[in-house]
Amino acid sequence: MQIEHVDGTDRGKVMLYALSTCGWCAKTKQLLTDLGIAFDYLYVDKVAPDDQKAAIESVEQYNPSLSFPTVVIGDRTIVGFKEKEIREALA
Amino acid sequence: MSETPPVSDEEVDRLYRQIERDAESGGYHLHPDEAFTRGLVRGLLQNERRYGYRSCPCRLAMGTKEADLDIVCPCDYRDPDLAEYGACYCALYVSADVKAGKATVGSIPERRPPRVERERARAEARRTSGAIGQLPFPVWRCSVCGYLCGRTEPPLQCPICKVGGERFGRFI
Repeated sequence: MQIEHVDGTDRGKVMLYALSTCGWCAKTKQLLTDLGIAFDYLYVDKVAPDDQKAAIESVEQYNPSLSFPTVVIGDRTIVGFKEKEIREALA
Repeated sequence: MSETPPVSDEEVDRLYRQIERDAESGGYHLHPDEAFTRGLVRGLLQNERRYGYRSCPCRLAMGTKEADLDIVCPCDYRDPDLAEYGACYCALYVSADVKAGKATVGSIPERRPPRVERERARAEARRTSGAIGQLPFPVWRCSVCGYLCGRTEPPLQCPICKVGGERFGRFI
């Protein structure tokens, strides 16, 4: 799977599951970038067909409704572009 | 689920203008942040290239029209989300207040039922359609705007919200 990494300050595990076409996903990725923290992201809509099932399962373990963006910060999962919650989780 | 040729700015421009015109003529409004809205329109065009239909840019498409029909834009959930939150799930469509800057919108909860529930509902609709079969014509309902009509077949296009006839289901 094409998990991409963005360099920045280490705040532990931060993983963004997103769709490349989604406006709220773009805003979430921009926020994480602006906060200057290190994070990984996966565009689930761009995953090769053979990896699709595994990609979906990896999102569903955090967010069974399989909606985007899903941000995993340590042991916390934030669904949707919730700027305040994301900032708090990373504070 | 793979790379597609990039969508040109001209294509985005053309579809943006068309969607905006159709929206305003039907009493709907697009998000006033044009850069945000154009990004979503670009997503619609990308999905059209990938799947053959303009699937919602903010939801994961399964890649078959039957499974994704409820999320072909405008989706079946737009109108209830506009009523409750002032915006559709993507915030491509917003209420008049949001457009006028009198209200703001954020990320809203997903209204679309999970896949197993959707499949169950589809099977149920097939089973119960035509249960009241005493009318001279069947009644068809548009799943996007709720328009009803009594005729042999559903219309090719909804005269109210302009979605295709495949979005109609037998109501009575």
